[in-house]
Amino acid sequence: MTGAQFLFYALGLATVMGGLGVVLSRNVVHSALALLLSLIAVAGIYVLLYAEFLALVQVLIYGGAIVILLLFVLMLTRSGESPLVLDNPQKPVALVVSLLFMAIAIVSFFLTRWKLAQAPRGVDFSVLGGSLFQDWVLPFEVASLVLLVALMGAIIIARESPQ
Amino acid sequence: MIPLEHFLTLSGILFSLGLFGVLARRNAVLILMSIELMLNAVNINLVAFSAYLVSTEFVGQVFALFVIVVAAAEVGLALSIIIAIYRSRATSNVDEVDLMKW
Repeated sequence: MTGAQFLFYALGLATVMGGLGVVLSRNVVHSALALLLSLIAVAGIYVLLYAEFLALVQVLIYGGAIVILLLFVLMLTRSGESPLVLDNPQKPVALVVSLLFMAIAIVSFFLTRWKLAQAPRGVDFSVLGGSLFQDWVLPFEVASLVLLVALMGAIIIARESPQ
Repeated sequence: MIPLEHFLTLSGILFSLGLFGVLARRNAVLILMSIELMLNAVNINLVAFSAYLVSTEFVGQVFALFVIVVAAAEVGLALSIIIAIYRSRATSNVDEVDLMKW
């Protein structure tokens, strides 16, 4: 087993354990920390897939911003019910549905004949940036507009009403 | 070399975990976290395709970037909605927010 393979299985295990922690934990703060573990491990997976820029963005946006935001809101909306019931009664159905989906997805992944390249390869920062600002410049600008609108909308929705 | 299918399997497992979380959890913030898991699974898929499949462009990585942008916007908006709901109804349990339920 090469180093990359060992790293991949270790990171995959960390990702799945983090995901399990998110959906099974009895404590909401533990869920958020498990999510952080999972997201950082996904950043490692990006590095293994030669996507260094995405790994950087993943750590900054997800690990830095989103998890902090989630933790803040968890603390702001701490509800008073003492025996915290976090799961709803449709849990068995949810289990069956998600297991079915997983089985179908994995079987189809292995049955499909992918048009593989000679070897996995990555892309330079400069090439990615050039493509982003030439071929994808319109979606890029729309994305910045989306972020701006979402920011203003979030401020207006979360603001205390005047009365 | 790690086969492409192993990356896809990882993303399938992660997506199913997120799906289970969305369907089974009651706390709105926990549902949001599960949605983040699903988005990350999709991103792993996109990046793996971009690295492994025959193509001269790297559309997968660009798509993954846009997915991250949309996820950031979505989290910001959803959390502000959760705070607004909590302020008016003192709960973040989605089963109790059923005013518009038919």
